[in-house]
Amino acid sequence: MADLSVNLGGISSPNPFWVASAPPSNTGYQCHRAFEAGWGGVVWKTLGEAIVNVSSRYSSLDLNGNRMVGFNNIELITDRSPEVNFREIKECKERWPNHAIVVSLMTDTRESWHEYVKRSMDAGADGVELNFGCPHGMCERGMGSAVGQNPDVIETIVGWVMEVTQIPVIVKLTPNITNITYPARSARRSGANAISLINTINSITQVDLDRLCPEPYVAGKSTSGGYCGPAVKPIALNMVQQCAADPEVKLPISGIGGIQNWKDAAEFIALGATNVQVCTAIMHYGFRIVEDMIEGLNDYLDRSGMASVTELIGRAVPTIDRWENLDLNYKRIAKIDYDTCIGCNLCYIACEDGAHQAIALVDPDAEGIGEGPGRLPGKAVPKIKEDECVGCNLCSLVCPVDGCIDMIDIDTGKEPMSWTQYQERVASGDMEPIPPHQ
Amino acid sequence: MEIRPILDPETATRNMAEIEPKYSPQEAVTEANRCLYCFDAPCIRACPTGIDIPAFIKKIATGNITGSARTILSANILGASCARVCPTSVLCEGACVLLDRDQQPIKIGRLQRYATDHVLDDNINLFSPPTKKSGKRVALIGGGPASLGCAAELALLGHEAVIFEKKPEAGGLNTYGIAYYKLTPEVSLKEVELVKQLGVEIRTGVEVGRDITIPELEKEFDALFLGVGLGSTLRLDIPGEELPEVVEALHFIDDIHTKPLHEVAVGKRVAVIGCGNTAIDAVTQAKRLGAAHATIIYRRGERDMPAYVYEYELAKQDGAEFVFYAIPEAVLERDGHVCGLRLVRTEMDAQRNLRVIPDSAFDFPCDMVIKALGQEKMTAMLDHLLPGLDLADNGTIRRDDQTGQTNIPHVFAGGDAANGGSEVVNAVGEGKKAARGMHRFFSQQEATGPIQWSRMGVVDAPPYGAGLDAPVRVQETATSFR
Repeated sequence: MADLSVNLGGISSPNPFWVASAPPSNTGYQCHRAFEAGWGGVVWKTLGEAIVNVSSRYSSLDLNGNRMVGFNNIELITDRSPEVNFREIKECKERWPNHAIVVSLMTDTRESWHEYVKRSMDAGADGVELNFGCPHGMCERGMGSAVGQNPDVIETIVGWVMEVTQIPVIVKLTPNITNITYPARSARRSGANAISLINTINSITQVDLDRLCPEPYVAGKSTSGGYCGPAVKPIALNMVQQCAADPEVKLPISGIGGIQNWKDAAEFIALGATNVQVCTAIMHYGFRIVEDMIEGLNDYLDRSGMASVTELIGRAVPTIDRWENLDLNYKRIAKIDYDTCIGCNLCYIACEDGAHQAIALVDPDAEGIGEGPGRLPGKAVPKIKEDECVGCNLCSLVCPVDGCIDMIDIDTGKEPMSWTQYQERVASGDMEPIPPHQ
Repeated sequence: MEIRPILDPETATRNMAEIEPKYSPQEAVTEANRCLYCFDAPCIRACPTGIDIPAFIKKIATGNITGSARTILSANILGASCARVCPTSVLCEGACVLLDRDQQPIKIGRLQRYATDHVLDDNINLFSPPTKKSGKRVALIGGGPASLGCAAELALLGHEAVIFEKKPEAGGLNTYGIAYYKLTPEVSLKEVELVKQLGVEIRTGVEVGRDITIPELEKEFDALFLGVGLGSTLRLDIPGEELPEVVEALHFIDDIHTKPLHEVAVGKRVAVIGCGNTAIDAVTQAKRLGAAHATIIYRRGERDMPAYVYEYELAKQDGAEFVFYAIPEAVLERDGHVCGLRLVRTEMDAQRNLRVIPDSAFDFPCDMVIKALGQEKMTAMLDHLLPGLDLADNGTIRRDDQTGQTNIPHVFAGGDAANGGSEVVNAVGEGKKAARGMHRFFSQQEATGPIQWSRMGVVDAPPYGAGLDAPVRVQETATSFR
């Protein structure tokens, strides 16, 4: 049984799975339900100055019948009073002393930041998370992503918070920026204890083609919202890795963005996150999903011979390098398993029209391919033209049968050579330039 | 005793309602999304009319239902009835690659029905008569699926088509002869309207040979298409066959299609002779119309029956009964009405030859006998109409498989009269082929697309760089190997 407990910049929790600051962490009731289900921490829905929400707040991207592959919201910070929220935070912390409760904050003046940080400490919070990420509504008032897009302002505000705080400070970053390491470095310089990312991405998920107005629809109008859910995971993983690998950031990371299950969580942790935060999957399925996350992560760690989740943190970070350092002499090609090929020929048309014309449709009898499923008289089967295959992976990606198309390593007999080395060798006359592909 | 209708209108309507209701939009999209969108898909090849199935399914998934129906109906104008009556498990669905992965093919028939119902129910006008006319005219004899498929294709190719049908409505067996719970006459008649939308003229109540002669047609038209189907049910040739309660299966089914359901007379104990798909249609409908017992009498065993397995299953679910290895020797009579059958037992020897077991006769009580032994060929009628027409030994019309052309160059044929009795979709496919054969006959040119969209079916496509003006020729039978 692996040790799943983590410590994020001084905040400890029994497992790395936290509820992100969002609708699921809006009330004490939800917080209790989350901890009962097994979540290790909760980041309370952002507190700040009084706001009023609109009706109609969410929209989503469905894909081929799968609901909520991407999710979008235009909801603002909490619309409940600070008094009610802090009272519930206090009650919750008293009942769950070993679980992490972090209060998300978003306000404007120095005095206001001071007040909210102090009240969070008074309520017994384990830490605060500064919301510099929300890309809708609050940014129009100079808060949320408007802060996260300006490294100088980040430093100023974190500085104000550090003047009074006696608990750890997490800075939540917006991805709506060209280079995520800039705001991350600002957080580091100003003394924050951790960063969390990503917050949501500017988005419009869909246009209602009858009304010719996007969802969420608010009385004839809509507004740009914040995008999250499974579709954003690749963007979040990239940004987490960039921060983890940056020598000037060097802060613990709370990974956020499209995490649905233990595998997603393990990937974030392998790319440098200490823990993860989840929202959309809870909004889709409820708090109960954490059971599988705990069990799955634990089994994976046991299987991989890791005694604790901390051993996994950042393990895959060194494998990500600049393109120029990749081995040009590495070669793989596609291999079709005819015992499982069902004959959909999607690999053929994908390669023919979408890639490198390296698959032929052939007569299986004439080619000696033999029997297999999906054979009909006169029906062609795909065959890899090994000399033409560049090993791009496309066929194996479109193949609907698990394990039918594998990418096989080919021994080229050549020493590894990066683009950088290649440039040097050609410049020094050690080798001829590689002829262009036909 | 004389037989009468049994059920009240409500019960009869409920019992005969369609067995597979239409998909809801969400059901359709969910099922459509399962489709892999295969390239050069096996389902297309398995369809005698070559519908681009992955394309129409993809269009359902994207919400382009009208486009989906256009894809279906421009390849098979009877796509709505075929969606209901095709033996999909041995055609398109039987070729679905997902059988090899999930054991569950895409429900192509039900999706096809969803798309075609959309345009038929909402009266969406998909077709209009082609503007470019060849000036060639074709007379089609018989108004069933073969002629409708042929006429639609002729219209798409720019030729004028006139159908001659002796019944009051066109559609053939689709209108008059398929189990009511599978296909109602309304759907068939809407398809007839689609054919008319293409500019095809349909003259109903006109019998060729009686109301108009072949020479008269030959004067007026450039070619003839024989889509005459098959004739009466084969006779039992046993005593008692002339009793009023001994009926042909197709007459019984015709009654169901032309009378209110609660006015169709049916026995309390019905015996159906034969075990093909029409026999199943008859036995299940007898049961659904109130027969206490409806029994198939078949001279061979369960594994020999010509009916599809799923039809047999349906009959069993409907409570039909089966007597295997028995042949009727006589229809038994009381007071001028049927009171039973005298049956004799049969058995199969080691060579699977059937023989009657001596002294095995027994009486089977029933008050109605439905004959479903298959239909006669139209040999006499064809000999009379076209004395020079070459017929095969089994009485079917000899014709070229690919063009439908008979030994008389301007006479083409397709459907049951030519293939001896097959599915609706085969009749439509043969009608299409004959239309393309006539096109070649008129113009000495191949029909140009778009008829069949399977990419691998495109032959003689202009080479890369040849420009986009050159016509792309499309072959009916796709070939995989280039």
